[in-house]
Amino acid sequence: MIPEIGHFALILALLVALVQGSLPMLGAARGRADWMAVARPAAVLQLLLMLTAFLALMQAYLASDFTVLNVAQNSHSAKPLLYKITGLWGNHEGSMLLWILILALFGAAVALFGRNLPATLRARVLAVQAWIALGFLAFTLFTSNPFARVFPPPENGNDLNPLLQDPGLAFHPPMLYTGYVGFSIAFSFAVAALIEGRVDAAWARWVRPWTLAAWCFLTAGIALGSWWAYYELGWGGWWFWDPVENVSFMPWLMGTALLHSAVVVEKRDALKVWTILLAILTFSLSLIGTFIVRSGLLTSVHAFATDPERGLFILVLLCITIGGSLTLFAIRAPALKAGGLFAPISREGALVLNNLLLATGCATVFLGTLYPLFLEAFGGAKVSVGAPYFNATFAPLMVPLIAAMAIGPLMSWKRADMAGVFGRLKFAAAAGVVAALATLYLHSGGPVLAILGMALAAWLFTGAVVEWAERVKLFRIPLAGSWARARHLPRSAYGMMLAHGGLAIAVAGMVAAANWQGEVVRVMRPGETADLAGYSYRFDAVRSLRGPNYTSNMATFTVSRDGRMVAVLTPEKRLYDVQRRETTEAAIHTTGLADLYAVIGDPDGRGGWTVRIFHEPLVPWIWGGVLIMVAGGILSLSDRRLRVGAPVRRRKAAPAAPAAA
Amino acid sequence: MTMRRWLFLSPAVMFTVVAGYFFWGLNPERDPRAVPSALIDKPVPAFELPPLDGIDRPGLATADLTGGQVTLVNFFASWCIPCRAEHPLLMDLAEAGTLPVIGINYRDKPAAARRWLDQLGNPYGRIGADQGGRTAIDWGVSGVPETFVIDGSGRIRYQHIGPMSRWDLENKILPLVEELSR
Amino acid sequence: MTGGARMRARLRAAAVALVLLAPAGGALAVQPDEVLGDPVLEQRARALSKVIRCLVCQNESIDTSNADLARDLRILVRERLTAGDSDDQVLDYLVARYGEFVLLRPRMTPANYLLWFGPAVVLVLGGAGIALFLRRRQAASAPGDLNAEERARLARLLDEGPGSE
Repeated sequence: MIPEIGHFALILALLVALVQGSLPMLGAARGRADWMAVARPAAVLQLLLMLTAFLALMQAYLASDFTVLNVAQNSHSAKPLLYKITGLWGNHEGSMLLWILILALFGAAVALFGRNLPATLRARVLAVQAWIALGFLAFTLFTSNPFARVFPPPENGNDLNPLLQDPGLAFHPPMLYTGYVGFSIAFSFAVAALIEGRVDAAWARWVRPWTLAAWCFLTAGIALGSWWAYYELGWGGWWFWDPVENVSFMPWLMGTALLHSAVVVEKRDALKVWTILLAILTFSLSLIGTFIVRSGLLTSVHAFATDPERGLFILVLLCITIGGSLTLFAIRAPALKAGGLFAPISREGALVLNNLLLATGCATVFLGTLYPLFLEAFGGAKVSVGAPYFNATFAPLMVPLIAAMAIGPLMSWKRADMAGVFGRLKFAAAAGVVAALATLYLHSGGPVLAILGMALAAWLFTGAVVEWAERVKLFRIPLAGSWARARHLPRSAYGMMLAHGGLAIAVAGMVAAANWQGEVVRVMRPGETADLAGYSYRFDAVRSLRGPNYTSNMATFTVSRDGRMVAVLTPEKRLYDVQRRETTEAAIHTTGLADLYAVIGDPDGRGGWTVRIFHEPLVPWIWGGVLIMVAGGILSLSDRRLRVGAPVRRRKAAPAAPAAA
Repeated sequence: MTMRRWLFLSPAVMFTVVAGYFFWGLNPERDPRAVPSALIDKPVPAFELPPLDGIDRPGLATADLTGGQVTLVNFFASWCIPCRAEHPLLMDLAEAGTLPVIGINYRDKPAAARRWLDQLGNPYGRIGADQGGRTAIDWGVSGVPETFVIDGSGRIRYQHIGPMSRWDLENKILPLVEELSR
Repeated sequence: MTGGARMRARLRAAAVALVLLAPAGGALAVQPDEVLGDPVLEQRARALSKVIRCLVCQNESIDTSNADLARDLRILVRERLTAGDSDDQVLDYLVARYGEFVLLRPRMTPANYLLWFGPAVVLVLGGAGIALFLRRRQAASAPGDLNAEERARLARLLDEGPGSE
């Protein structure tokens, strides 16, 4: 009964989307307020219907109702409760439901919190959201119905892939989808603006909070996926340039560019056409990502059970959405009025450089990911484009970007005084040199790019601090004055500082992890000790144990340094009952500066076990740095001024209060 | 159209190109996981494999494939489930007798392979035991089953990755064999 | 789909299920018994393994995959290094058998020029586009259009210095 209710709710949602997509759009064109007014209640209704459908499926999972095909294929009665819940989105059909739910959530949020938007703009934005929902609802109902029934029901389900029965990975999809789908708002705003024929600072002000929210979630979602790979896959890697990782990275790169160029639109009324294009492209990349993951186009560790017929449906959706919006762009964008002037050497110029580098980076990832497909279509030759390619092409692009990130915030709008800027950055430069020397000393030589990387991280971090010091005039006015200024700085100023500083910390972690990982792989017998990077790992014992739906061999290691015990590590090797799959559960102890990482393998039949021990320097800084970045984003989001619906138009270049990015 | 118009149209144009490739990529005939051997039209690599223990068939070496007759070489293993699916086809071929079918047993235990062949029948005129898998690597094989058509002079002319279906046999492999035999 | 096509699709799906010898998780990769005695050779072997694709996995190198074929290839790489092959010769050996697909770092051949030079081209084109855009905008509002009083005001506005956000 309940699955049927869910199914029905989905159908109703489709119908509501049809209405929401047509009446308000027509109403805005004809100036009919009553038609436009349909948008808001429709959006809220759609959310309620999607929630109903979602909860209906959730109930089926919680009750282990195996008459629902989706539950039978992906769940099992012995599965722990948490994974019964999160398993809902661990498969294609369920994850589509989640996707559309989040889409409805964002639409309803715009309906409820966008009271200050002009009626026509809001109507159009909600209509475009409804079109997107329409496409995906049709896709779900016609090709991927999660409520299909199976009679007679099997005794028990197929269980969820053991790899997905993990706290980190369980929450990775909702975060990621909130990011992907969140960018749909920017997209809807862009399309609405093109239809209206007007882009102004007010538009940018409305778009920014939604884009920022989506960005925060996408950053967290990607990091969660990386973190999971790091502790689950058993060799300390966290980024593989796998196609599915790449398709999550591309919207992130464009989304970051969008955040920055929206600032220019808001502050200086410039770069409007480019920002509109970015808003369209960012969400388009989200859609292309969805397509690639679900269509079987490319091989990847990650892909859902693939099906070219479904792929075709999504591709048609893509053509309509992306092709349509880009064509609209081609037609309407030239008519948009050009905005403010600025000198090349100015904050606007720096943000343009930021966008250029991010967009080129995105193009690089795009090229590398899809090149095998392009080449194969052309001549049938198969090539592989793996990590070595991306490391050689993407990393160098980030060098000027990170360098510029310290400089940009110190530059003034319209025209900047570079001599002054560089003067103020001498501490940052000194920090960079110190970091380079320290790295050289610690690692006696080391690859050039690695030393450069550490120097850049120090440069950026110090640059972010310097920028803050400038704003509070640290050491140039009495400390009390600085403190007062610091307390009254807008939250978005701190947001930027945290975001840039967090990135610096993460970059330091990435460089260190990529270059100075230590590894010992040996056969060890209980009682033996292995040494790595100053730590001693004593292999104590292995015992078998039984989990809720698996059996496991658990090893115990005692780690000590200079005689003092540091940690006890208990890595496991599990065998899950139903799918008969093995997983390694690595044991990780973080010292803050490094991770001590142990993995237990197979027995050699003679009392020994294959043991793998890794020393991962500065890896915790990757996760910590990204966490700080996300915190910065959230802080910026909470800035009251960002939430004002009606922005204050500035007529002249009056020196207003420090209106920070 | 002016330069400016073209510029604004370029994203849409570029997307159309990309979408075209995506359409091509969805072709159900296409297998993104197939690894084509680099040895098509090249001579069979030099190798020599012992016979499979306990089976009354001789082993296999390069010379056996250069004798002037078109042959079918099939990589198989007892632990390979798709190999079961295509096995009846090989039995039919062996029965028809026009095309010699030769097997290479990939990374298998001889006892298991023996049992498998006893159970399902032995279509192979010769069987080479490639326990270490090195010969498979020399042939550019990345998994089982894979089937090769070798012409009379010992050149690899066709590689079929995955189990063969009757359709594959009748529409791709046998016509090629006929052509090569002329 | 025709009957034949459907059968093939089903067979292919079954083949894929088995041909992939590696479960996606639980990778243990290099085993202790593979490690070469000579650390320099072992280092080369590891570096090479990182650029050789595991052919039965989905986008992994043989260094990190625990598939049987990956192990075979790792051992093969070490054998050839011990036999005195240079790094390029080892890679050529594999390419001769599996084609360029086995290399995770595409070779610099004309077919791959677009891949390797593409990013630089995009950067240059983008930069040129921006330069053109800025120049055209500056030209469009040439100072000659302003009278003396307006020019003075413009100069004052532009020189307001840092903090004139």
